[in-house]
Amino acid sequence: MWTWFFQLASPRWFYQTANRLLAWLRPLTLVLFLVGLYLGLLFSPADYQQGNTVRIMYVHVPAAYLSMFAYVVMAVSGAIGIIWRMKMAHMVSVSCAPVGAIFTLLALLTGGIWGKPTWGTYWEWDARMTSELILLFLYLGYMALHSAFDDKKTADRAAAILAIVGIVNIPIIHFSVEWWNTLHQGATLSKFEKPSIDADMLKALLTMILAFQLYFFVALLQRIKAEILEREKLSGWVQKLVSD
Amino acid sequence: MSQPIGLLIRRELAVVIKSRSEFIYPLAFFVIVTSLFPLAVTPDPVQLAFIAPGVIWVAALLSILMSFNGFYQQDYDEGGLEQLLISGVSGTNIVLSKSIANWIVTGLPLILIAPVLGVLFNMNPTANLVTMLSLLIGIPSLCLIGSIGMCLTLGLRNGGVLLTLLVLPLFIPVLIFGASAVQAASTGLNFSGQLAILLALLIFSLLLAPFAGAAAIKVSIE
Repeated sequence: MWTWFFQLASPRWFYQTANRLLAWLRPLTLVLFLVGLYLGLLFSPADYQQGNTVRIMYVHVPAAYLSMFAYVVMAVSGAIGIIWRMKMAHMVSVSCAPVGAIFTLLALLTGGIWGKPTWGTYWEWDARMTSELILLFLYLGYMALHSAFDDKKTADRAAAILAIVGIVNIPIIHFSVEWWNTLHQGATLSKFEKPSIDADMLKALLTMILAFQLYFFVALLQRIKAEILEREKLSGWVQKLVSD
Repeated sequence: MSQPIGLLIRRELAVVIKSRSEFIYPLAFFVIVTSLFPLAVTPDPVQLAFIAPGVIWVAALLSILMSFNGFYQQDYDEGGLEQLLISGVSGTNIVLSKSIANWIVTGLPLILIAPVLGVLFNMNPTANLVTMLSLLIGIPSLCLIGSIGMCLTLGLRNGGVLLTLLVLPLFIPVLIFGASAVQAASTGLNFSGQLAILLALLIFSLLLAPFAGAAAIKVSIE
């Protein structure tokens, strides 16, 4: 029953499985993106107040969701790597960080672009935006710590500890920021209230979320593959693979 | 359990007393940084009182950040940390004792000097008292949380800058509630809620940080 678990731990097996999965995931992601963009940009209605700017939502919401999802994957696989001393789990964890950081950045950027026409400002020290910014700092810290060590094994374990500490802290940070913001309430802008969403909009949004989710896995697997090749470059199968 | 911790704290304090001047640095840093703000922002007393809680808290946070090096890095470089681990002292006890010693050596002077700065910033007496209280409860959390980051960067050549990057995001909750307690007190509002949350954060970090720090020491020593 545990064979799949042990197989997961083998970089070679993981590499081959990733290749097989990617053969399916890549076209599927592309199709979903095309469908989602069609639904989002052409098919779904414009918002009665925001007009066409509401379409930024179809990029912004999935990016924000994945920025958090990636952190969870990163921390959980880091914990698995520490507990069972599985090098494959560490590779997953390390590969998650840049992908998650990019999604965080994308969420912040699209949020700013969306904020200008709707709120009249690129940036508001709103609770969600602030915690998203802090999430970006956490990602940067993780990547900086990992790259600071010469020895990969030490780097893996140190970074995994940081990821675990971070994930314990994320809810605390989130709630404290939220509380801090409500304390300062009465400012010029009230938080954007999501209208009970139109069915067509919801369809487009869900498709885009699914597309982003699959894209996340594609990007992650791609990075893990590169990480495997880099770390296992001295093993026989990698040398054979490269020379072929 | 309690005996070694008492001994460990006494050891830390003895080390600090031997290296006299060093524990003055964070305190001096605290005073100088806070006194820069009136020069940079405005000498107007009303506005100063308005920014004072934030300024004092951020400066305290940064000076605590400066203090970690003295407690961990030297001990690591001279091999004292390794000797402690070899002699069977658990990593959690080391982190706990260092954090307590750090709080005594760096934290208490900050707490004592804070009301003086409060007067310079035109804060009212209640706000001054709450500044001291919030620092009293908040600084030990900072010492504990920061120790995790410090232990992770022990073996690195320029860990100092990295430490800031790792630890400052984790300090944010303490900063928010510390500063907002003072802010509430200076505007005459109820501040007990913020202090209660600071206390909760302290208990939480007291329970978890020593374990994370111990795991980090192990990674660094290997």
